Amino acid sequence: MASPGKSAAVKAPEPPAELVREPLVLNNRPLGWITDAIAGVCEKPMPVWWWPAFIISVGGMITMFSLIAYLVSTGVGVWGLNQPADWAWDITNFVFWIGIGHAGTLISAVLFLLRQKWRTSVNRAAEAMTIFAVACAGIFPVFHTGRVWFALLPGYLFPAPNANEIWPQFRSPLLWDVFAVSTYGTVSLLFWYVGLIPDLATLRDRAKGWLRRFFYGLFSLGWTGSNRHWSNYEKAYLLLAGLSTPLVLSVHSIVSFDFAVSVVPGWHTTIFPPYFVAGAIFSGFGMVLTLLIPLRSLFKLEDVITLRHVELMCKVLLATGSIVGYAYGMEFFIAWYGGSPYELYAFKNRAFGPYWWSYWAMISCNVISPHFFWFKKLRTSVVFVWIVSIFVNIGMWFERFVIIVTSLHRDYLPSSWGYFTPSWVDVMTFVGSFGLFMTLFLLFIRFLPVIAISEVKGVTPQADPHHPLGGAKGHH
Amino acid sequence: MSDIFPRWTNKIPLMVGVAAAVVLPTVIAGITYYFTPKYTRVGYQPKQPVAFSHAIHSDQLGIDCRYCHSDVDKSWFSNIPSSETCMRCHSIVAKDSPKLSLVRESYSSGKPIPWVQIHKTPDYVYFNHSVHVNRGISCVKCHGEIQKMDEVHHAKPLSMGFCLECHREPEKHIRPNDLVTKLDWNGEFDGKKAVHDWKVQPGQSCSTCHR
Repeated sequence: MASPGKSAAVKAPEPPAELVREPLVLNNRPLGWITDAIAGVCEKPMPVWWWPAFIISVGGMITMFSLIAYLVSTGVGVWGLNQPADWAWDITNFVFWIGIGHAGTLISAVLFLLRQKWRTSVNRAAEAMTIFAVACAGIFPVFHTGRVWFALLPGYLFPAPNANEIWPQFRSPLLWDVFAVSTYGTVSLLFWYVGLIPDLATLRDRAKGWLRRFFYGLFSLGWTGSNRHWSNYEKAYLLLAGLSTPLVLSVHSIVSFDFAVSVVPGWHTTIFPPYFVAGAIFSGFGMVLTLLIPLRSLFKLEDVITLRHVELMCKVLLATGSIVGYAYGMEFFIAWYGGSPYELYAFKNRAFGPYWWSYWAMISCNVISPHFFWFKKLRTSVVFVWIVSIFVNIGMWFERFVIIVTSLHRDYLPSSWGYFTPSWVDVMTFVGSFGLFMTLFLLFIRFLPVIAISEVKGVTPQADPHHPLGGAKGHH
Repeated sequence: MSDIFPRWTNKIPLMVGVAAAVVLPTVIAGITYYFTPKYTRVGYQPKQPVAFSHAIHSDQLGIDCRYCHSDVDKSWFSNIPSSETCMRCHSIVAKDSPKLSLVRESYSSGKPIPWVQIHKTPDYVYFNHSVHVNRGISCVKCHGEIQKMDEVHHAKPLSMGFCLECHREPEKHIRPNDLVTKLDWNGEFDGKKAVHDWKVQPGQSCSTCHR
């Protein structure tokens, strides 16, 4: 960094006015302010609203785990699914949650490799959201197996030598899914943790009580901020970003194979992998906005998570939402153009069959709502963005419901058609999974820095030694 | 950060690694050995109400298995002989032996001898004796060398892996049909040809046995 005296003498050439980018941290906040503001969130006592929110979330989580205990002790029959719709809310919820996770990886890995500096303000919370969403997602496929203890034995889900001398079906995408999701969960967790280390050390150094000092000290792995530490850290971070980037595409592609590889009309389509990936990113950014818009105002972090961040994420919603809308249209076109009467029927049945309400709920939430974001005024109105983000979440849940249930409930044989209705256990387990998600997220707010302190500092103007403010106001 | 953690804590990752390297293979080896049918089932030898010796009847006297287990080639179930079957000979041979008192009692009262079952397929497994016995799969393949046992014990694991071993390579286990009950037979045989000619198609899908 330049010395304070020098910055007065040497003036950097001003860029042309129209090229000035909005700064990523507003109001010329100094580096010390950034540390205080972000670390302060988890150092000060939680605000009053946190406790009721936490108690309600824990209540939801307990509901979910109780209902899972009920399911395991009684059988999967407590859910409403049965022939012909053997998959219903369970897999809908799985795809819903795993899709939400995609924004975290995209922000943390892809935007990192593309040097999108705005990611720094949102990546920590988005990655945390990813991990919590993957945890929620994992519950549903594991417990829909019924006798869940078999899922843990070698040879059923995970290939390992066993006394039964059987292996899982390697040609089944359901097995690929086990690997895709567990790899995704592991890499996301590692990526999140590696990114946390410098900030954990900051919290350790600021900690007052011995308990905080012990735990932050334990998890910051002896970080001192030396050059060697930073050099190793940045290499590791880059490598993990490289590893995560293919996962952004692979995980949801493989989730889509669960359907596309089968011969069920409505599932057996080649558009599924890109369509699912776009949908996942769409839903993920929806959830990031749902979480971060309240977070930034409740903890007065508007200078770090700025309107520009909100606007950029709205643009991602617009882009991916358009891809999703295109895919909906293209599915119908191919159903007609492909000439398969079963395929065509499946799609007509989606829009006008007994589940028409879910189809049109999906269309109105996913196709119409993102197109409001063509207008800057709407992109920068946080209340409006927050409401639309909720609609995106609802719409993406309905998308998975539509794909799964409307395709299954009527297939080739009219004599075995049926109508799926969820049981109260279905509904409450899903509601409870939000409890688990929010419990984890509220604990994250309570104990960890919600924004990557060290990374945000790196993108402030004063971090640049050549900037007129470099080292002057920023020094702390 | 020496003021938080003493110096020796630097060694914790190494210690955890070494411990895991020792504990994990031990646990896996222990489970593989102690928790599989090779250990839990092989060797089971309950005391039978009558000291019947397969060694005497089958090996010394050369009675065919099907003389007593007469339905094994007709039914899914291999029957335990009734005391009438025993008495066909034992009303003449050793007819006053105290060892046979229970047999005589059962013969006169009509109440069956309470034999203890040794080889049991679980109720979720469908197994048919006749289809195996009629396609050159010898008794000895699953029950071991019964003809050498004074008191029968569980000789083979009868685990799912055990079944699959043969279902995957039947040509290694098949023998001429008329030698199925020759338990000590050890001759040459073209298993591949027999599998082809007899249209032996042992299923390997779940529903072959788990119906």
